[in-house]
Amino acid sequence: MNESYVVNNEQEVILNVGPQHPATHGVLRYVVKLDGEKIVDSDPQVGFLHRGIEKLAEYMTYHQFNPYTDRLDYLASMNNNLAYVMAVEKLLGIENQIPERAQYIRVIMSELGRIASHLVWLATHALDIGAMTVFLYCFREREYIIDMFEMACGNRLTYNYIRVGGVARDLPDGFMDRLKEFVNLFYDKVKEYHQLLTKNRIWLKRTKDIGYISKEDAVNYGIAGPCTRGSGVDWDLRRDMPYLVYPDLNFEIPVYEEGDVYARYLVRMDEMVQSNRILEQCIERIPDGPVMIDEPKYVWEPKERVMMNNYALMKHFVKVVKGFKAPPGEVYFGAENPKGELGFYIYSTGEGKPYRLKIRAPSFINISAMPKMVKGGLIADIISVIGSLDFVFGECDR
Amino acid sequence: MTNAELLDKIRSKFGDYIIEHDEFRGELSVTIEKEKLVELMNFLKNEPDLQFDYLVLMTAVDFPEREERFDLVYELRSLTYKMVMRVKTRTKDGEAVDSISGIWHSADWDERETYDMFGIKFNNHPDLRRILMPDDWEGHPLRKDYPLKGKPGDDSWLDRHLPEGLLKKPKHTRMP
Repeated sequence: MNESYVVNNEQEVILNVGPQHPATHGVLRYVVKLDGEKIVDSDPQVGFLHRGIEKLAEYMTYHQFNPYTDRLDYLASMNNNLAYVMAVEKLLGIENQIPERAQYIRVIMSELGRIASHLVWLATHALDIGAMTVFLYCFREREYIIDMFEMACGNRLTYNYIRVGGVARDLPDGFMDRLKEFVNLFYDKVKEYHQLLTKNRIWLKRTKDIGYISKEDAVNYGIAGPCTRGSGVDWDLRRDMPYLVYPDLNFEIPVYEEGDVYARYLVRMDEMVQSNRILEQCIERIPDGPVMIDEPKYVWEPKERVMMNNYALMKHFVKVVKGFKAPPGEVYFGAENPKGELGFYIYSTGEGKPYRLKIRAPSFINISAMPKMVKGGLIADIISVIGSLDFVFGECDR
Repeated sequence: MTNAELLDKIRSKFGDYIIEHDEFRGELSVTIEKEKLVELMNFLKNEPDLQFDYLVLMTAVDFPEREERFDLVYELRSLTYKMVMRVKTRTKDGEAVDSISGIWHSADWDERETYDMFGIKFNNHPDLRRILMPDDWEGHPLRKDYPLKGKPGDDSWLDRHLPEGLLKKPKHTRMP
């Protein structure tokens, strides 16, 4: 029995928040023990959205599992695709052969995904605390990004665009113009959000000195991404364990020392600006060339050839049904996702399917630090802490 | 520090207890006997020129045909030196492993998940109970002998939780 369920005296009350509470961003059931309005102890309960994705992966070929990663963190599906695909490429040993254009497209997509995810975070975080206008503004800008994704791959939420060996297809005509338009526009939009929130007195009262976690605790609890950078941990996988073309690009990692909800807010706001800077550089640098690796063992045949050529159709059939055989071994790859580090651990026995696939979900680990953050605070603080941790339950429960 | 130097450093202290080691795609993994696991973890975390202060993930892999059935996998990272390594250990079905949640707090939920999914128990864990599956679930889903669609015809959990006659039992969907 967990301590948070034992009432020690008549003052204490046990309260259930969720799982259907609108501010829990999904299906978090949060059991809090209260003394008046003060939180004595708490216990987050997760698992209401458990679908057994790791078990399903053991019965699927590597290509087949790609769309399932979209359903993890459904606000940043591109980034999930990227992390999974990079893990498989590391297992296959082809991560250095990805064409440069494909790498730039991947960076563009993952940075757009980061901005889109942060916009939803800002919108809902502000809405929970009572700032309605920001919600409308953020979703207006997110629509731009979602439209661009729709241009590139036809879907608005679950993309399945980044594939093993490159990306599914080249960028369509007009995409770069839309991107330029967005990048030029977005700096001013971030200024608008700052005007609405950053020095707003109500916002400061609800976020400053709330949900504090120290630098040592942040590392020890394993929390990742913007949440640790709000506690003064200067760590970003894009810079410290670089992948793709990130080493060639010029960007800064925002770090704030305060460790409260407000610091995490500032980190994400700055990250949006930095992502926009990366996009600006990508527009200038993106080269022409192929977008898929020339490795027929691992990559599906181009659709045009499958339609025209009998032998290509046969090869396509075999690759879709049986998948490719990965070498035996185990790898871990983690990518910097908007929520934190999303990692895939793959154990391969040399078959066409992973023997074991473990997803390191940043949301899962961030929630595990929640009792530490809210302890001693007021019941109303839970809402702003939930908002600042920015978790998604598709990813937490898997 | 290269992987070879790192391995030498571990070998000098725990040489007798290392079952095997492997390097694949630039990642070093060391398998150690489970009695020495906590000691090794403390060493890796506190040694000044290693400082593996971040536990990335912890999980298990099931090999039903092996006598020591489970591999426990710990992925470590040193934020100071930007190093990664993987520590593994083995355990039999029904035997408990020492918990490392006192060393890295993030292992707390990871160990709960491993217990939930594989049924591996951990000594000295502060609060070992199921996390993703319901508290009264029977069986451990990620074991290899647990069928993908659940045990055929076993609806005992639903029988206990669905009101009689009010809800229809969901039919299993087809999976490859």
